Amino acid sequence: MADDIQHHTLSVLVENKAGVLSRVAGLFARRGFNIYSLAVAPTDDDRFSRITIVVDVTSASLEQVTKQLNKLINVVKISELDPRDSVERELMLVTVRSGPDRRGQIVDLVHIFDGRILDVGHDELTITLEGHPEQLDDLEDLLRVYGIVAIQRTGRVALPKLDTSPTPLRSVS
Amino acid sequence: MNMNGGQALIRSLELEGVEVVFGMPGGAILPVYDPIIDSPIRHILVRHEQGAGHMAEGYAHVTGRPGVCMVTSGPAVTNIVTPLCDAFMDSVPLVAITGQVPFAAIGSDAFQECDTTGITQAVTKHNYLVTEAQEIPRIIREAFHIASTGRPGPVLVDVPKNIVDPNNPDSQMEWYWPESVDLPGYKPTLKGHPKKIREAAELIVASTRPVIYAGGGILNAHAAEALRELAEMCDIPVVTTLKARGAFPDDHPLALGMPGMHGNYTAVTAIQRSDLLLALGSRFDDRVTGKLPAFAPDAKVVHVDIDPAELGKVRQPDVPIVGDARLVIEELVAVLGKLGGAEAQPDRSYWRSQLSGWQEKYPLTYQQSEPGEALKPQFVLERLRDSAPEDCIVVTGVGQHQMWASQYWGFKHPYTWVSSGGLGTMGFAIPAAIGAKVGRPDRMVWAIDGDGCFQMTAQEMVTAASERIPIKVGILNNAYLGMVRQWQEMFYDERYSEVYLSPDLPDYVKWAEAMGCVAFRVEAPEEVEPIVEKANQIDDRPVVVEFRTDSMEKVYPMVPAGHSNDDIVVDPTHGEGGR
Ligand SMILES: Cc1ncc(C[n+]2csc(CCOP(=O)(O)OP(=O)(O)O)c2C)c(N)n1
Ligand SMILES: [Mg+2]
Repeated sequence: MADDIQHHTLSVLVENKAGVLSRVAGLFARRGFNIYSLAVAPTDDDRFSRITIVVDVTSASLEQVTKQLNKLINVVKISELDPRDSVERELMLVTVRSGPDRRGQIVDLVHIFDGRILDVGHDELTITLEGHPEQLDDLEDLLRVYGIVAIQRTGRVALPKLDTSPTPLRSVS
Repeated sequence: MNMNGGQALIRSLELEGVEVVFGMPGGAILPVYDPIIDSPIRHILVRHEQGAGHMAEGYAHVTGRPGVCMVTSGPAVTNIVTPLCDAFMDSVPLVAITGQVPFAAIGSDAFQECDTTGITQAVTKHNYLVTEAQEIPRIIREAFHIASTGRPGPVLVDVPKNIVDPNNPDSQMEWYWPESVDLPGYKPTLKGHPKKIREAAELIVASTRPVIYAGGGILNAHAAEALRELAEMCDIPVVTTLKARGAFPDDHPLALGMPGMHGNYTAVTAIQRSDLLLALGSRFDDRVTGKLPAFAPDAKVVHVDIDPAELGKVRQPDVPIVGDARLVIEELVAVLGKLGGAEAQPDRSYWRSQLSGWQEKYPLTYQQSEPGEALKPQFVLERLRDSAPEDCIVVTGVGQHQMWASQYWGFKHPYTWVSSGGLGTMGFAIPAAIGAKVGRPDRMVWAIDGDGCFQMTAQEMVTAASERIPIKVGILNNAYLGMVRQWQEMFYDERYSEVYLSPDLPDYVKWAEAMGCVAFRVEAPEEVEPIVEKANQIDDRPVVVEFRTDSMEKVYPMVPAGHSNDDIVVDPTHGEGGR
């Protein structure tokens, strides 16, 4: 069973009310589900916010997570975003040790990843990268050898992929 | 019309049809207690807030309407956590109004401040912290709607003092009453999916060993009539869980009684051997299933519940149906009718003869006491049952007495049984019986309590006496925390650890009398009937009858915790073969 556990991304539309995040987080704790990452932000409609949650569960427990979440009165809609059918993004800030001798190598790396240097200190650099969470993982791994001083990732956000096939003609019955 | 928040709150309760509130005032809720004086709503002053919560539950159980309790902030809130959790586990509609420190003081560790919505989040269907007086009518409206629809449950409304205190400008509001509620995230599904209902009907007409496993949802959905129609049309036997006792008459030829850890042999075994389990408003609680992988191994499962999260939570159903139990069953009956109704059912005579064989071989049984020995609790319950009217409401605590009451009473009508199932809350009986009697003053109400349980909430007998709520309490005094004693006897080599209570301390008769009740002590079998008759005559005061019962008596049958239902242990008098 254990190896059946996978990342699942849930996009949860909630009413923008005090305490909603605590209800969602509390429910995960109470039902014994593990949150891998979580991101919250308002939507274009100020009555609602969107919580993007990555959970580590089997698909059977995913159904329970979703159903239990749906029971929260302030939860309006939940969609599971299959990584194959969605676009996912995350933002990372990382401060890395970079004596003058290594700075060039690090800057090269950052450019390869399309990241940016945000701040330069005497022997440290702060870098930002926005991209697919796996890209962030890769850069993080590569930077680790230089010595990561601090790192902050936002947790992933995601939306469904758009349909690119032309709308099929419906037969009139 | 201008009002203050406190007036608006009481006015809103009136418009929700609330006739009684159970509670106790205190600093933060004081302003709401002032307009109560001018309201037709009856307030019942409890002696402990836990009592208020359980009274509201008892009221809700027998009336089907949300029970309401109202308490102050801080310690009063922590005192109602137990009944909130009890109501949450048993899907009881409840609205709790709590006082809170003024909004500006929240977060400052003010006197009697506690994080009420935080503390109760995990034990309520929903809760609110009201921030403005203007919101009060809308939130009360929503609270009652949420508590009483879908899968019912407790809703808490936390009310900061500044918005109800007439001396504070924050409390001023313009009165309105919302026509409807607007909750974008809350739309319970009531009608079952026609395709699934059709599939369920097809499974029924193909089944030779079907069982209906009826749960508390039947009562919540007012589906007892529909259930009976389904069972009779298809000739399907029915087990009723602890929460569903009364949902199907125990004297009906198709009634098998209670399944589960202390269910009777036939109910338990019928489920185990069935080829089709119709789970209607039940939730595969571990006390029913025993060891899950061994539960009803050959059965296909049709699971009907209004809460989608119950479907597949414990046992994966073959046919899941989300919906209101009554509507789904009615629809199912209609579809079955089209398939040929009673005529379309296969020959189930073998199943029927198997069931009646088990019933004959393993009836509920106990050994009568010898002269001079302590009373048998089962005997007491049989006498109580026989002298009470058929529609008497029975309320219990938690323990052996609860199981015997469920086994021996024999329920003929829905809403005549009130018991704490999911949480198993000792101390439930007395306050819940008071709430039940307030809800149904026309009915006789017997609380069957344990000596341990009675000591947890006995002070509410003072409430009953002072409010003239004439409940009857039968304490089965076995001088022990009997259920725990039974486990220690059976599973811990008779090593009794902290379960002895003493038969004489306290003196229940004196104690009851001190609380304003009429009280009796019964020690011999021949005293039972005359004293119960006397108790039944008294209708102006609460009565407490202490029955001195056998400490050694155990509840049978029993499926040891974690075991398969096939390991059911029946009463030793059935002999060794009885397992
Ligand atoms: C509040 C609470 N505390 C502890 C328990 C554990 N417990 C279950 S039954 C029981 C004994 C109940 O004793 P009594 O009321 O005398 O009933 P009896 O089993 O003797 O009939 C206990 C302690 C519980 N269910 N609820
Ligand atoms: Mg006892």
